[in-house]
Amino acid sequence: MLLRESRLKHRPLALAAGALSLALLSLSAPAAAQQRDPAYADARAKGEVGEKADGYLGFPTPPSAAVKRMADDINIKRKNIYADKAQANAATVEEYAFTAGCLAILRTVPGEKYQAPDGSWRTRTAEPPLRSELCPKVN
Amino acid sequence: MNSDELTNRARAATTLTMQVRQSGKRWSARRRVMALGVLAGCAVALGGCISINAPDKPIVIELNINIKQEVVYRLAADAGNTIEENSGIF
Repeated sequence: MLLRESRLKHRPLALAAGALSLALLSLSAPAAAQQRDPAYADARAKGEVGEKADGYLGFPTPPSAAVKRMADDINIKRKNIYADKAQANAATVEEYAFTAGCLAILRTVPGEKYQAPDGSWRTRTAEPPLRSELCPKVN
Repeated sequence: MNSDELTNRARAATTLTMQVRQSGKRWSARRRVMALGVLAGCAVALGGCISINAPDKPIVIELNINIKQEVVYRLAADAGNTIEENSGIF
């Protein structure tokens, strides 16, 4: 009798704890996705991969097998996301990918590689990157 | 300046044609046959040069041509959010 009472008393507490842990889980899921894989971060910093103008990763220099596999994997994931978002926004995958590419090139930090509109690979400096005329202007 | 140059060239050409005409009567028939032959040869040679082969590789069209700036502007905010939400692969 005493046990049952205590259980009843603690039920709201247990529910609250459950809800809290669920909330934490859902919070930590995007937080985990925000972290770049160390191999990817390393390849970016070394200039082994760079941002192409079309919204995908490319190779400024011939890649190693491991780097190529990693970049291909990321590009497949990106394409899946582009496809979903493009459909939601009544645009083509290429249009959405290109727009994301404009922004991804803008997000590069000095030392990382990106592709200029003429197709050449550039190293990002403190200066704004060279981007297509079609890219949204930054103020 | 340009018109001067053109005029001079035209003169030179006229002189040459006249020279040919002056001495033309003597070998005109043979010359004609030869000229025809040369012309035919040129045509054949030219035909060979201009011949077009079907490309064995697909024609790549520049991506930018298909994309309109207004679409890019419309998608920019959404694409920015997408990158932030998936920054592990961007």
